[in-house]
Amino acid sequence: MARYGLLIDYEYCTGCHSCEVACQMEHNLPVGKFGIQLAEIGPWQIEGDKWQYAYIPVPTDLCDLCGKRLAKGKLPSCVHHCQANVMKFGKVEDLAKEMEGKSHMVLFTPK
Amino acid sequence: MGEKTKPWRWQEDDLTVTRGSAWSGPGCHIGCGVLLFTDKDGKLVKVEGDPDNPFNQGRLCVRCLAVPNATNHPDRLKYPMKRVGARGENKWERITWDEAYDTIVKEFTKVKEQYGAESVIFCQGTGRDIAPYISRLAWSFGSPNWVPLGLTGNACYLPRVAGCIATTGSFWVADCSQASPLRYDNPDYKVPECMAVWGNNTVVSNADGFYGHWVVDLMKRGTKLIVIDPRLTWLASKAELWLQIRPGTDAALALGMLNVIINEELYDKDFVDKWCYGFDQLKERVQQYPVSEVSRITWIPEEKIIAAARLFANSKPATVQWGLALDMTQETLPASHAITALWSITGNIDVPGGMLPPPTLLFYGGGWGDELISDEQKAKRIGLSKYPLYQYGFVVAQPDEVANQLETGEPYPIKAAWIQTNNSLACMSADPKKTYAGLRKLDFVVGVDLFLTPTIVACADIVLPAATYPERDGLRFGDGPQRGEAINKVTQIGECKSDMQINLELGKRWNPEAYPWDNVQDMFTHMLKSKGVDYSFQELREVAPIYPPQEYKRHEKGTMRFDGEVGFNTPTRRIELFSTFYEQAGLDPLPYYKEPTESPLSTPDLYAEYPLVLTTGAKHWGMFHSEHRQIPHLRAIHPDPTLQIHPEAAAKFGVKAGDWVWVENSMGRAKRKVEITPIMDPRVVNADHAWWFPEAEAAEPTLFNLWDLAINQLVPFQPGKSGFGGNYKSLLCKIYKVAEEEV
Ligand code: SF4
Ligand code: SF4
Ligand code: SF4
Repeated sequence: MARYGLLIDYEYCTGCHSCEVACQMEHNLPVGKFGIQLAEIGPWQIEGDKWQYAYIPVPTDLCDLCGKRLAKGKLPSCVHHCQANVMKFGKVEDLAKEMEGKSHMVLFTPK
Repeated sequence: MGEKTKPWRWQEDDLTVTRGSAWSGPGCHIGCGVLLFTDKDGKLVKVEGDPDNPFNQGRLCVRCLAVPNATNHPDRLKYPMKRVGARGENKWERITWDEAYDTIVKEFTKVKEQYGAESVIFCQGTGRDIAPYISRLAWSFGSPNWVPLGLTGNACYLPRVAGCIATTGSFWVADCSQASPLRYDNPDYKVPECMAVWGNNTVVSNADGFYGHWVVDLMKRGTKLIVIDPRLTWLASKAELWLQIRPGTDAALALGMLNVIINEELYDKDFVDKWCYGFDQLKERVQQYPVSEVSRITWIPEEKIIAAARLFANSKPATVQWGLALDMTQETLPASHAITALWSITGNIDVPGGMLPPPTLLFYGGGWGDELISDEQKAKRIGLSKYPLYQYGFVVAQPDEVANQLETGEPYPIKAAWIQTNNSLACMSADPKKTYAGLRKLDFVVGVDLFLTPTIVACADIVLPAATYPERDGLRFGDGPQRGEAINKVTQIGECKSDMQINLELGKRWNPEAYPWDNVQDMFTHMLKSKGVDYSFQELREVAPIYPPQEYKRHEKGTMRFDGEVGFNTPTRRIELFSTFYEQAGLDPLPYYKEPTESPLSTPDLYAEYPLVLTTGAKHWGMFHSEHRQIPHLRAIHPDPTLQIHPEAAAKFGVKAGDWVWVENSMGRAKRKVEITPIMDPRVVNADHAWWFPEAEAAEPTLFNLWDLAINQLVPFQPGKSGFGGNYKSLLCKIYKVAEEEV
């Protein structure tokens, strides 16, 4: 069976936390537990006006890729709500192809 | 107008889904499209973004995602209560709605008979859908005193709107395709080549009808950013140019950019010839602002000011998404005037991807029902004599004068207050101890809110429980390009009622003619039809969202002016770079810059004692002003009030990350937790605003730790000459560690 994953374009992830909270609400997770958790890389100065300042949401072991939602034909809750529209759900094979066309992408295969 | 095919309510397994708009509280101003999920007991269990709503296209910020935890929160106010202890003791007794209304009518009428209706003030905060309803309540009672209590110089949004209308006859917003339901697919739309994000961090703040992540949508489509911000925000880090401005000096920057654009002849000569008034005077004025001088004032390197001016002027189209920082400049009107001139002389007025005059459907910006109040009563509005500009098109009382009058009782005493959607002491009031002292002198105070707040505990005699948005019906038209949306009730908590229902029921008691409707739905239908929107409330919720037709270049078509002539809605029919309106009102007709009252340049002696520039008021993801502190998933994102400081400054002042410090100036002090970050200029610190700890003791003297936390204890009542503007974002302070035992 094909493996599914989450593709993140972290060039445009603003660190808005919507993926985290959408997942917590969908799965009734208490404070401190996450299906996906944000990592902040920076901010620090590379040189002059160039800064390293990025966010990457990382699925945890609690991520079940929203199996119940998928069964109803819905998108995973994090993908649905992502404010910067930088998350994509799909077959790993297809998502990997997309990565060839753009920098600053990361592909997760939580399960 | 777009028509929906999807019903407004449907069943999904064992849950009911209701489509509608999210207009606070809690939350924000902008009203994203939401799907509210309720179970068979009518309990709100989940909120999702409505993917079919063009406004947010399915996306939601964390505040609406977590709304069920706010609506169902155990600490919600659930029934009316009256105070039984002394004010501040936090002792309450449950009463019926009837008893509450009877008491309020009796006490307010007593004041009216003894002192006049004007001695009752009607106070609102921001956000929660309130302006039409509270203005009608005040006016139907006979009081002209509707006021954003404590907000020095009305320093939020109104100054920008007022300034734009005074000089151009319209407000203007950045065109992110939001006026069309087709959004980015609208064939007439053009992606801006450049956007100046000026004085707001859009992705966090979502202010004034502007969904902040539209900026990210545009970046992906090629828009270059110029970010003007004292902090390196995430947007600033991705910008073509980040201008790290000294807080409060925005007008100088705009004038410096105008200097470059005019002297290098980068402006749109055709547009200026045809549609601008007073260009020569502006040209002369900007000579006072050479780039070298502007660089000295703003702390921005000269080459960046020049580069920003050229990039903005050479981009076709270019647009500006500006924010609160402009209102929170003491001389806010000339600051807005300068920025308005920037986008005007570069020909970005009403072109696709430029600046839009927002189409309206239902305009209640100036309140609702001013025919209910006599001219004699209107003339008693507080602040009119000191600030004559408030007579022209503005209907609120002047907040600084209200604060003074609460203190002095001159020229007439204030005796009672209706405080609805306003946690003034914790949130927007400048010098909150002054507001506190003023309110405590009153004979009778009513508070209407979602939770007990420091303001209610300290001052209220009666408290009424208001509904969150999933508990109420309503209309959403709002700021920016309007669209018609319905807010749909899906759940009921305790005996809570919506602000609209409360005001309808109370208003009926003292002025039944002003409230001829049996229920809020009939009232909403009347509001729609009387403004020419041909739907009942029940019909609107089926077809929402509805959009008014949009067309560009309205000034060439004669649809900007009420008389149908071409041009803009100003006396000269042009964009007034030289304002005939300001000239008549005795104000400088041209834009200018004034130093903040206290600053490194204006008060060097004070700067020696208070060696840091302090800016306040920036938002956080999970919090809307003083809201959301009691919502665990949101509080966890930002648990403590912070002071952001540069590593060099932290070393200089001997503070470490996580230390609690006092931030202090000559007026007062507040506690903040140190966050060391290179996003700051070493000379500037940024303090969170609107903090209180709902988990702390409510009763005085603790008052939810208010007096330890309220940063506005450092903010003076200090409006600009016009009565608009303030210094919330440009103060001086020192910092020192909080003693171990005080932490
Ligand atoms: S896919 Fe579902 S379970 Fe996984 S992180 Fe996203 S919302 Fe959570
Ligand atoms: S919701 Fe999207 S933009 Fe926001 S933090 Fe998550 S991935 Fe980033
Ligand atoms: S921006 Fe956030 S709080 Fe405001 S309406 Fe949208 S989702 Fe709700």
